[in-house]
Amino acid sequence: MPTHLLVNLRRGVTVTVVFFVLLGLAYPLAETGIGQALFSHQANGSMSKNGSTLIGQNWSDAACPGHPAGSCVFQGRPDDLGPYAADPKLGAAGGDNPLVANGVRGGSGATNLGPRSKVLVEDTKKLIAYWKARGVTPTADLVTTSGSGYDPDITPADALAEVPMVAKATGLAPSALRQLIARETHGPQLGFLGSSYLDVLQLNEALAQLR
Amino acid sequence: MGFGWTIVSMVVVLVIAWRFLGAYMVAVYENRTRWLAVLERPIYRVIGVDADAEQSWQRYGASVIVFSGVVLVIGYVLLRLQGHLPLNPQHQSGVTPALAWNTIVSFVTNTNWQNYSGESTMSYLSQMGTLALQNFLSASVGVAVAVALIRGFARKGSRTIGNFWVDLVRGTLYILLPIAFLSAVVFMAQGAIQTLSGPVHVSDALNGVRQAIPRGPVASQEAIKQLGTNGGGFFNANGASPFENPTGLTNFLSLALILSIPVGLTYTFGKMVGQLRQGVAVLAVMAVLFGGWLAIGATAEHQPNPAVAAAGLDRQPGGNMVGKEVRFGDTSSAFYNITSTQTSTGSVDSANDSYNPMGGFATMTGMMLGEVSPGGVGTGLYSILLFAIITVFIGGLMVGRTPEYLGKKIQAREVKLAALGVLVMPIVVLALTAVAVSVHAGRAGPLNAGPHGFSEILYSYTSVTNNNGSAFAGLTSNTPFYNITETVGLLLGRFAIIVPVLALAGSLAVKDVVPASLGTFRTDKPIFIGLLLGVTLIVGALTFFPAVSLGPIVEQLSYGRFF
Repeated sequence: MPTHLLVNLRRGVTVTVVFFVLLGLAYPLAETGIGQALFSHQANGSMSKNGSTLIGQNWSDAACPGHPAGSCVFQGRPDDLGPYAADPKLGAAGGDNPLVANGVRGGSGATNLGPRSKVLVEDTKKLIAYWKARGVTPTADLVTTSGSGYDPDITPADALAEVPMVAKATGLAPSALRQLIARETHGPQLGFLGSSYLDVLQLNEALAQLR
Repeated sequence: MGFGWTIVSMVVVLVIAWRFLGAYMVAVYENRTRWLAVLERPIYRVIGVDADAEQSWQRYGASVIVFSGVVLVIGYVLLRLQGHLPLNPQHQSGVTPALAWNTIVSFVTNTNWQNYSGESTMSYLSQMGTLALQNFLSASVGVAVAVALIRGFARKGSRTIGNFWVDLVRGTLYILLPIAFLSAVVFMAQGAIQTLSGPVHVSDALNGVRQAIPRGPVASQEAIKQLGTNGGGFFNANGASPFENPTGLTNFLSLALILSIPVGLTYTFGKMVGQLRQGVAVLAVMAVLFGGWLAIGATAEHQPNPAVAAAGLDRQPGGNMVGKEVRFGDTSSAFYNITSTQTSTGSVDSANDSYNPMGGFATMTGMMLGEVSPGGVGTGLYSILLFAIITVFIGGLMVGRTPEYLGKKIQAREVKLAALGVLVMPIVVLALTAVAVSVHAGRAGPLNAGPHGFSEILYSYTSVTNNNGSAFAGLTSNTPFYNITETVGLLLGRFAIIVPVLALAGSLAVKDVVPASLGTFRTDKPIFIGLLLGVTLIVGALTFFPAVSLGPIVEQLSYGRFF
């Protein structure tokens, strides 16, 4: 082998080892230290008493005595609902499981159905029927799945659309629910970054307080 | 309204990055800043590099190739062995051979095409020590090659174009590491996770739901994945996952990080060749292309999704929300994916596969222009400079005069090298797509039927060969056929362009500068900007129009039909 190839090989190996230690270990470990020291709530997953406020959950099975399951809480987007429900054969422990997205074990993610997909038309019809059966006139977010497969949020319009269902099942006044929605709405950051949204877990925790 | 302010703010941020990061990068690559010498000098000592010794283009190129080969082999071994290595709380087993090969080639080429789900395949050590490490190194290699080409233009009568090892080390230490370090802190403050504690198990008293939520050192990887225009997500959902991209602010920060270096490099280029206006001219072309594609993408995604409308829900005031996250909404999601596909990043905060036909057209054709608007770190600049050489050549043909660019005579050798660099990508993409649709193993991949299925295949080869890494993710591509054919596109799309670029750098560096005269075609004027725009668009359209017609265009025209 020519000497300059050998020299390059030796340099390549040593520089990789040096950067492995500096960038592959020291950098992420230093960030972990900073995160755990300064932002431990966020760095560990924004956990509340009932789960992570950043990871959506399936609310459609919530027990509501005397009413259809899931009608006494606000529900999120249908990432694990109806046609996208987790498959028990795959070992999903009921409801959303970030390791089982859209019934497929393996990871987070979207359905990837295209804009002219017959399957998407049929799936959407089923979801519209699901909401109509609960007295809800669904908005687009309530019949479409997200990019992550566990979108934790809904828009104020989505929440308002669910008010008749929640009011009937909980006996709370629709006006009280609308006030709750207004209180729990997060505006766009700095007034313009992103959309207005409600975190469904926080909303339902606040709803439980109200009851 | 909100979207308008988002765009305005981004322009302000990028003007600052262009001026100050651009100037800082000049200082870095001209060895004028030394505030990290305490880290830098020992590295040269360990690897045995004389920081003042320069290399010919052949030696520079050999160093690029050997270095990339070495990190490829080391990375492959680490992925295969991850089951026996520490930092593996989820007990992931070793990555299978074809997948490990595809993954490491993809990360070494700055692509980050992902045929795996991070949360269910990779150990923390693989994420940190192999994948995120490559995010730094492949980005630094890209900028180094671009700077070598700039030196080719800037120097005269020189046989050398810099020292690859010095450029690699300085780019990594002085540019990538500090910016990534600070932005990772912002990601964490906003809610991106950063822990080595493994998955968390929750039990929700309100609805009886039990979840196992995977976690990991995400924020540190997120910062460099965007800054280095790499794009490989810690999780399968990539930037759509709230653990990676929790808020509107992190979405904005991601785009600012992605665009800063490619935009700043046009300042670096102008400064180093001694005529800032030349850099501005190149940036103007990038900005026009970017603006055009963003307008197409954002407009398309603000329209209703046709399948949802056909199911009975016509009213979709929020646009096409299939595969999008509520906290971002339609236009900010489109902004993200357009930025990511125009910069060879390939991270996504929404599902490209579920974009409306013209939205998918915009993400796909953005890559087909050769990733020049503004393109990946380094790769964008050297790719558009190849187009600039073709442009002055065509301009020279029109008036019957030997073309010049930045005072350098552009002769047969330079034009051949530039044409080679421009044509590699379309040839590889179209050939691989043709093979895939001709064999059963290729046709077995798409999830969607009809033209959208063809788009999924065409998109995948376009993405890998442009070293982008985004996907029409319905394609089942973790198969031997796709794992192997994709690496052909990955490697050719990276190195079959880098070698001609470095040869060009060497050939230009030797030349003397011809003084500008009245007959010189000015390359800092609107007429050149228009010509360069035209050449870039025409080359892209001539090569890809037939293929794109069969995918997104026919899909757009199929009103009322579902497949």
